[in-house]
Amino acid sequence: MKAKIGAFPYSSGMEALRCYAFIIPAVVIFGIFYIYPFFEIFNLSLRDWNGIDLHKTYVGFDNFRELFHDRIWGQSLLNAGFITFIALTLQNMLALALALACDRDIRAKNFYRVVFFIPPILSEVVVGFIWRWILNAGSQNGEYYGLLNYALSKLGFQNLAHNWLSNPDSALICIALVHSWKGFGWGFLMLLAGLQTVDKQLYEAARVDGAGSWSAFKNITLPLMMPVIWVVMILTVLGSMQVFVLILSMVGQGLVYHTEVPVTRILSAMTGTNRFGYACAMGVTFGAILVGVSVAFRALAGKMKPA
Amino acid sequence: MKKIVIILLGVLIFCGCGKPREPLNTITLWHWMTDRDPALQELARRYAKQTGVKVQVELYAPSDTYTQRIIAAAQARVLPDIYGILDKKEIFASFIDNGFVADLSPYFKKDNGAWEKSFFAQALDVNRFPQGNIYKIPPGIYGVPIDVTNIQMLYNKNLLKKAGIARPPLTFDEFMADVAALHRVGVTGFVSGWGEMWMVDCFASNYAFNIMGEEKVMATFRGELAYTSGEWLKVLRVFQTMAAPGVLAEGIVTKTNKDAEQAFALERAAFAFNGYWCVNVYNQMNPKLAYGVMMPPVINSERPMKIWGGAGSSFVVNNHSPNKEQAVAFLKWLTAKEQQTFLSQATLNLPANRAALSDIPPVLADFAKVMDQTTHPTIWPYNEHPLVTEALDRGLQSIVIGEKTPQQVAQEVQAVKVRVMAKKK
Repeated sequence: MKAKIGAFPYSSGMEALRCYAFIIPAVVIFGIFYIYPFFEIFNLSLRDWNGIDLHKTYVGFDNFRELFHDRIWGQSLLNAGFITFIALTLQNMLALALALACDRDIRAKNFYRVVFFIPPILSEVVVGFIWRWILNAGSQNGEYYGLLNYALSKLGFQNLAHNWLSNPDSALICIALVHSWKGFGWGFLMLLAGLQTVDKQLYEAARVDGAGSWSAFKNITLPLMMPVIWVVMILTVLGSMQVFVLILSMVGQGLVYHTEVPVTRILSAMTGTNRFGYACAMGVTFGAILVGVSVAFRALAGKMKPA
Repeated sequence: MKKIVIILLGVLIFCGCGKPREPLNTITLWHWMTDRDPALQELARRYAKQTGVKVQVELYAPSDTYTQRIIAAAQARVLPDIYGILDKKEIFASFIDNGFVADLSPYFKKDNGAWEKSFFAQALDVNRFPQGNIYKIPPGIYGVPIDVTNIQMLYNKNLLKKAGIARPPLTFDEFMADVAALHRVGVTGFVSGWGEMWMVDCFASNYAFNIMGEEKVMATFRGELAYTSGEWLKVLRVFQTMAAPGVLAEGIVTKTNKDAEQAFALERAAFAFNGYWCVNVYNQMNPKLAYGVMMPPVINSERPMKIWGGAGSSFVVNNHSPNKEQAVAFLKWLTAKEQQTFLSQATLNLPANRAALSDIPPVLADFAKVMDQTTHPTIWPYNEHPLVTEALDRGLQSIVIGEKTPQQVAQEVQAVKVRVMAKKK
């Protein structure tokens, strides 16, 4: 059937109906599970509600106003920002370095590919509990229970043995590092896939022209990999800003407010203080922040696109 | 043909979206108690055999998940016939206010109150809303306790002996002297799951009642006594004193209760602060553990220590349930002496029925001895606003890790209190 561009390609009403029949289930599901909840959450964010009462008091933008002055909410955003920063830098650099290594002709590279992808497929709760055990600070008669402190003391670095998860100076850093350890495999996989699409002849040509490894990386690999790197960065930001299962399993309900992130604050407002309206205001604001960050990244990626 | 198939599929989908209907001789019970699930399943089997009524016992654990499920089920109006509300009294009141919970007073009062009299009074109080309660709930009893609870301190007999301590401490000064002696022999003093806010709150509340008494605590909740007052500073200083080296287990502020139970069971700390359920846990982790139960050591010897306790787990009946009568009948059967003894022996829990106490293990009996000294936020006439409680609990964590002084925390908590009071007005 030949159809005009821009015009509905089916002339008969029955055929159009059949087409709609295919689209409608997807639209309905999207509407019920995405569009309606979004509007409902926004609606709840304008109300004072404990989650049970049939009556939800309309309070306008009071919840948003309160949120704007909520110091702990601000700190939770900063904490999530810190975790994201570590993930963007350390995690992604590690992922890129390992992807570059595995893209070369090295021995047992398939084995490494599998090993590097194990942390991301492990349950976050399991990873959290394992690291909680590794970082345990307890000791009796000079013997440490935690693996890290035990190893440090046996290697003669007792002075470095530390209360890792209960010290405000190290708790968030530990969480950020564990999050990066757990997450680098995704970046590794995507970057490796990207690297394999780079034409190897370009490197050979560069080598003939006298380019060294760094020059080839800077002038060939990096520019060609930029679209993949941007995708990895956006996914890292979205994943890291929303981290919370790892935090719950590593430090329980948290170390004062030093390990609070937006999602734990939302959870705390919902189940701890039973302020569903306020929690929804947090959710809406946080969602808007994430959308803003994604749009900014996209715009930046568009600007830096090689001509 | 195609049309018929599509219509049939549509009908099936719409029918499938409806709530499944249980037959009238089946009642559904939702609970969160992993340790008690096998015993409850067994009791359900016995009940079906005796009465022909099937009780479908469904476990949703842990308790946080259960609470979320109950709230979601209430919002969707699909609560089961019997369930428990683990939340604050204010939320319990909300459930009642919205018609999700049946008033069981007529059943308790029947036969000269025989069913009511079979329970520990403290256990029923948690489910009772007296005349003129602040939640404006019609007076009545809205829940059935299946066990009682209290939270005390435990001591390791062997570790105390190792440090040359003859008996568990009675006063806070004695306690601090004992932990110093334990520290000298390389033993950590005290462990608790202070990574769980309610445990910090509970410990602080014990000392608040001991230092200033119930009336002043309630006055604080009403906004008549400031958190910056001398009495509250004394309470906060308890945590500052305990933050001294060797007293608290390392990392106590991020320990879950499970971690703390493990530390005490493995003899890594001499004292613990935990509920009666620990008897079961310690029994599983280290059956040879030699330990005893003690009240938290007092600071003010002129006023008795009040510990958290009362009803452990309670069930309520769904007010909209078509099986309401059968649900009540099952709960009545479940809390009779024979079933309570079975539950207590099988799960090492304190029975809610007084008559079943005679057949429980000795350590549990020690826990039960102080039921008269128990209190609980759910039976207080006033409760603190959750935001203030959160600020206080987090502040206590700050004191323990040496980040803030009691004065700083008191000022911060009072600032939250003032803000909350202003908003209320």
